[in-house]
Amino acid sequence: MKKRAALLLSILMGLSAAGVCSVQAAEEKGELMMATTTSTADTGLLDYLAPLFLEDTGWELKWDAVGTGEALKMGENGDVDIVLVHAKASEEEFVANGYGVERFPVMYNDFIIVGPEEPIAHTDDVEAAFKQITDDKLPFVSRGDDSGTDKKEKKIWSTLELDPTVNENYVESGQGMGATLTMADEKQAYCLTDRGTYLKMKKDADIALELEIVCEGAKDLLNQYGVIAVNPEKYPEVNNEAANEFIEWICSEDVQKLIGEYGVEEYGQALFTPNAGTEN
Amino acid sequence: MNYLEELISSIFTDVGVYDAIKVTFQMAVWSTLLSSVFGISLGLALERNHFPGKRIVIRINRTLMGVPPVVVGLFVYMLIMRRGPLGFLNLLFTIRGMILAQTLIITPIICGMTYSYAAKAAPEIRVFAKTMGASRRQTEVLMLKEMKYELYFAVITGFGRSISEVGAVMLVGGNIKGNTRTMTTAIALLKSQGIFHEGMALGVLLLVMAFLIQSLADFFRKEAEFHENY
Repeated sequence: MKKRAALLLSILMGLSAAGVCSVQAAEEKGELMMATTTSTADTGLLDYLAPLFLEDTGWELKWDAVGTGEALKMGENGDVDIVLVHAKASEEEFVANGYGVERFPVMYNDFIIVGPEEPIAHTDDVEAAFKQITDDKLPFVSRGDDSGTDKKEKKIWSTLELDPTVNENYVESGQGMGATLTMADEKQAYCLTDRGTYLKMKKDADIALELEIVCEGAKDLLNQYGVIAVNPEKYPEVNNEAANEFIEWICSEDVQKLIGEYGVEEYGQALFTPNAGTEN
Repeated sequence: MNYLEELISSIFTDVGVYDAIKVTFQMAVWSTLLSSVFGISLGLALERNHFPGKRIVIRINRTLMGVPPVVVGLFVYMLIMRRGPLGFLNLLFTIRGMILAQTLIITPIICGMTYSYAAKAAPEIRVFAKTMGASRRQTEVLMLKEMKYELYFAVITGFGRSISEVGAVMLVGGNIKGNTRTMTTAIALLKSQGIFHEGMALGVLLLVMAFLIQSLADFFRKEAEFHENY
């Protein structure tokens, strides 16, 4: 009995080892470790780009999708080779403090306010929408996790000189975009989200989101992504060669074009607009 | 109490630690209580009754003792979401919903432990009770008394599971600040914000509190023992 169990176990282990080996057999130069925001991963953009990057350069892209705050922190600790995030001020500070080499703009997407179609009518006026939420104490789910999206939301409130916390139906989920959208949907609440994650969740989630876009198109809802290689002078062990190749690759005309096409077929609209080489 | 609140919020930033502590203990006490009642009764019943398929039931129980909490979390989430079968109860993102998930996680643990202890100790106790001419009810009471340290250990294990759980309470509770955020989900949030040292501090605080509760429980147990020996 014992012998048979041992045999079964060793067969299982052998099989799993074989599986690992066959994965490793593909020829590559090495790994590029990236810290990025949940939106680039949740939208599937990186899943779409990584195999192409491997094909073009031989580097295998791996990523940890976290909030912008944590992604930059991972860069500051030298845990990753490169960061791809969206919070320009924090990114510039990251470079100024010597943790990053240089910031390159890559693309942008935009934020939208989603929620029930009533009582907020579809608008492009962020101020009116946020004012109505506060005045009428409409339910609102905030990320509250110091991510790029959360920073954006907090900035809009402060620019409008509104205090969201006086509204007792304003809650902080402390979770990623997908979980926060699901929560807003469950609570029939409003929520500030990036368009890409919303479109993907709307289409792919088992329980389709009922939330509709109530506010879009305003200029202060644009969301710029930047890519920064972690400074090898600070952390000699980082893979700077691969990081530089990635930056050059993602800013190249061909890849920029691919980014602009991503999602058009599936969602009827592009999730990101490429703008490498601009001043954004 | 307000002084304590001020002290805690001066150490930690704005993740709402004071409320998280309250929520954690509210949830842990209730779910441990419910799981103990269900788990101990089920465990004893399982030992007492013989029926076809009992071995399978025991095996399923042992499997459930190691069920990943996040799976239970997802199951409960689907049960109580707005469009789920129990959606009308409005349990999602509430402490009651979290207690429900926790009870489902901890009951099999307490049940399994109770059964194991009872299977070992019960035959002897039963023979003894029979020779003393005890009634069925008296036999049950005697059983509980004889196994009280083992049961105490099972309950403490359940409590430990309850305060340390993060996956299920994150899914079902939603980590809403000041509302369903527990100490463990607050730690997960602090980690996601890159504020590692505060997360660690909160973890240490959680351990210190668990230690104090253990000491308190031990103290009461010794008191009870002391009085009983008279």
